[in-house]
Amino acid sequence: MQLDAKIPEGPLDEKWSKHKFNIKLVNPANKRKYDIIVVGTGLAGSSAAASLAELGYNVKSFCFQDSPRRAHSIAAQGGINAAKNYQNDGDSVFRLFYDTIKGGDYRSREANVYRLSEVSVNIIDQCVAQGVPFAREYGGLLANRSFGGAQVSRTFYARGQTGQQLLLGAYSALSRQIAAGKVTMHTRTEMLDVVLVDGQARGIVTRNLITGKIESHGAHAVVLATGGYGNVFFLSTNAMGSNASAAWRAHKKGALFANPCFTQIHPTCIPVSGHYQSKLTLMSESLRNDGRVWVPKSAMKGLTASEAVNVSEDDRDYYLERRYPSFGNLVPRDVASRNAKIVCDEGRGVGPTGLAVFLDFADAIKRDGKETIKSKYGNLFDMYKQITGDNPYEVPMMIYPAVHYTMGGLWVDYNLMTNVPGLYATGECNFSDHGANRLGASALMQGLADGYFVIPYTIGDYLAKSGHDKVSTDNEAFREAEERITQNIDKLLHCKGSRTVDDFHKLLGHIMWDKCGMSRSAESLKQAKTEIQALRKEYWEDVNVIGVNEELNMTLEKALRVGDFFELAELMVDDALNRNESCGGHFREEYQTEEGEALRDDQNYAYGACWEYKGPDKPETLHKEELIFENVKLTQRSYK
Amino acid sequence: MDLTLKIWRQKNSQDYGGFKTYEVKDITPDTSFLEMMDILNDNLEKSNDDPVHFDHDCREGICGMCSMFINGRPHGPQQGITTCQLHMRSFKDGDMITIEPWRAKPFPVIKDLVVDRTAFDRIIQAGGFISVGTGGVPDANEIPIPARVSNEAMDAAQCIGCGACVAACKNASAMLFVAAKVSHLALLPQGEVESKERAEQMVEQMDEEGFGSCTNTGACSAECPKGISLEHIARLNREYYFAKQSSENLPVEDEVHGS
Ligand SMILES: Cc1cc2nc3c(=O)[nH]c(=O)nc-3n(C[C@H](O)[C@H](O)[C@H](O)COP(=O)(O)OP(=O)(O)OC[C@H]3O[C@@H](n4cnc5c(N)ncnc54)[C@H](O)[C@@H]3O)c2cc1C
Ligand code: SF4
Ligand code: FES
Repeated sequence: MQLDAKIPEGPLDEKWSKHKFNIKLVNPANKRKYDIIVVGTGLAGSSAAASLAELGYNVKSFCFQDSPRRAHSIAAQGGINAAKNYQNDGDSVFRLFYDTIKGGDYRSREANVYRLSEVSVNIIDQCVAQGVPFAREYGGLLANRSFGGAQVSRTFYARGQTGQQLLLGAYSALSRQIAAGKVTMHTRTEMLDVVLVDGQARGIVTRNLITGKIESHGAHAVVLATGGYGNVFFLSTNAMGSNASAAWRAHKKGALFANPCFTQIHPTCIPVSGHYQSKLTLMSESLRNDGRVWVPKSAMKGLTASEAVNVSEDDRDYYLERRYPSFGNLVPRDVASRNAKIVCDEGRGVGPTGLAVFLDFADAIKRDGKETIKSKYGNLFDMYKQITGDNPYEVPMMIYPAVHYTMGGLWVDYNLMTNVPGLYATGECNFSDHGANRLGASALMQGLADGYFVIPYTIGDYLAKSGHDKVSTDNEAFREAEERITQNIDKLLHCKGSRTVDDFHKLLGHIMWDKCGMSRSAESLKQAKTEIQALRKEYWEDVNVIGVNEELNMTLEKALRVGDFFELAELMVDDALNRNESCGGHFREEYQTEEGEALRDDQNYAYGACWEYKGPDKPETLHKEELIFENVKLTQRSYK
Repeated sequence: MDLTLKIWRQKNSQDYGGFKTYEVKDITPDTSFLEMMDILNDNLEKSNDDPVHFDHDCREGICGMCSMFINGRPHGPQQGITTCQLHMRSFKDGDMITIEPWRAKPFPVIKDLVVDRTAFDRIIQAGGFISVGTGGVPDANEIPIPARVSNEAMDAAQCIGCGACVAACKNASAMLFVAAKVSHLALLPQGEVESKERAEQMVEQMDEEGFGSCTNTGACSAECPKGISLEHIARLNREYYFAKQSSENLPVEDEVHGS
């Protein structure tokens, strides 16, 4: 297979405008002859569906929640980046591009990242026009903050609910097109397969979650905007329903899956408190601007937050400040997370489980006063208290890293098309922009860039060339897909084993977290692989799925998703094993500098690892997209 | 702690439904309410019983999916939070907890505690947007908006569309939900242009969906997890009143919604 990223010729800053000029357009009167399926209504999906419908295409939109407004994007807190340079602090499209490439540890494609930075400015204009109430200065202009260690203030935000407000903006645009009859909305509907006719993506098969009905939908192109796969780990900051199924089914139909092992572990989450725990809650990264991270110098088993107050300064180890004097508590996410793991592995972790470190605001409160801290973080402090019962104004918070985001995903070219003609992937479900580590406030930017400003152009080029014959869902390919899904469902329902779906999912999560999580080694990965295979076998023999297909059955929904997680987990492990280097969120213990920092191998691994499915239980084939850096110089990241 | 749960079970929208009683044991105070439900469901599944179905997704109080009527109050005993943010430290050993779905005609039960809230989406589709397409919009800083105004718009925009306001209201009115959107958009210069038509169309859709009328009891705002204030209802009434005066679409009647 020859991978062609279709990067336009010419200088970096002219590629996108030239490309837009060169691509074919669909004549306005012809647009209504084309049907486009958009799966997912998060930032990436809603923005695409609304924009495509405005252009005149017929759009069919799908989500598994009861309303498009509830997609997981709603939960994003911190903000969205854009190279507006409103603060006149030296920001520019190039700087945002550079920061994103460097932050991704040089494992993303220059051309895509540059375009992302370029259109970032349009996003803010669009959102304001839709009525997104971004934070403002007293003079009435938009406010910014610096985020995730960036040296400029380019993050726009709406209190601690930026994702919510951006999504409600996109949802309102989508609602307008639903009312206009240009979008048909299918809620509580789960996509279970993509259908190829003559090698082109021509539709999907879904399950109606209320009636259980398996249905086929035809179209001229299919866009997947189905989010990330962090829930492979069972515990993550993702919503409970976030899943990999849509992307995974597409993968099994031929779409390459790129860099699956690149997962982001966020350093500031509320630690696990018991085996019943269902999800982990993120505490915004912004807390590290004022909070100091520490553990005791020598182990103090079970140290509680209220006891911590009495630990003397001499007995505390502010390990980030000690190891990284210039960045201190503001080192990037991957570095902060790994260091928390190191001190806990040394036995110096705190709290009942020993898997937590302190994030202490005592000094900040002493310096700035309680009111100032309250005005900055009041809602986060309240949330923390609500969950843990501890009051962070009086005792330090306890935090621990948790799975948060997945940089890997479906491989796409410059047009956001997968290697399957007519099948596109946008937002977190593609692999395109964040390399091996995503910077804060850039996922929201990417989702909206893809949906509002990229796909509406690039999809036209494909459609103009591919003709507008309708596909019949009576076609063999649809029947086959429907049948396979029905068999799969029957198999799960008839298994009648002895363990619940969650039992299995939790075990899978443990394997992944311990052996393919914050740090990995060839040895741990090989163990993980054997364990996943064994557990997957048990799953299909011993899972107990209560109920029937023909009514709302949330256990069945979970069972189907977990089935896919098992397969994806194995590929993540293979990918991690293949990448004999450490970069970004991927830390291989064998490859570190003398000081314990990630050691990249640009000679041998400056590529996107793209995996091709070869059939059940067959090893996947690796294809490499070599990354060519013409505009930035590869350097070792240093935050000392 | 050990608890007795009295939970509404209903197989599907046709089924009559009724309460069933369950016991859960050894629940720790740090457990969230929904995790307590997970534990119950785990027990049920292990004894081959149908688990209790309930809506949830983000589990951090922002998606608006969770929706339980707990001991006679939407989202339970604590003010200003959603069901998923409720923790078991709000209860004590031996408590009996009654759990029901939202009860309102426009929110029919789908199964157990899961209801159909698509009526809210249709209300938004009727006009809960600003009519701009993608592209061709002015620079974001072209129109300054006083921080006070954008803050107030943000207060209203925080609505998560959960429906607790409807569940709390004896008339099953959706006024607070509609008002939050009308107010959010009317306050901003970008949204002000269409604000009267918007109010008119959204209220019309609300009536069509079968929501009751507002008699100003304020139960909605008291139970709203996002603290959406009644002032927004006053603003909606204002917009609606002017819309009615200038409208060619609407039959002229008395104040439609009481206040
Ligand atoms: C707690 C938290 C905070 C965050 N904060 C920030 C932040 O401050 N800034 C930032 O830039 N990023 C942040 N992120 C990351 C960011 O929110 C996500 O990466 C981004 O919103 C993903 O958007 P999306 O549109 O790709 O997918 P999602 O929003 O996840 O949407 C997925 C959609 O696909 C649908 N779907 C999925 N599978 C199927 C299927 N099989 N069939 C049908 N429909 C399906 C779902 O219903 C949903 O509509 C945060 C993430 C988390 C978890
Ligand atoms: S107004 Fe409050 S109670 Fe009503 S839907 Fe919105 S957030 Fe929920
Ligand atoms: S589950 Fe999202 S608000 Fe409760």
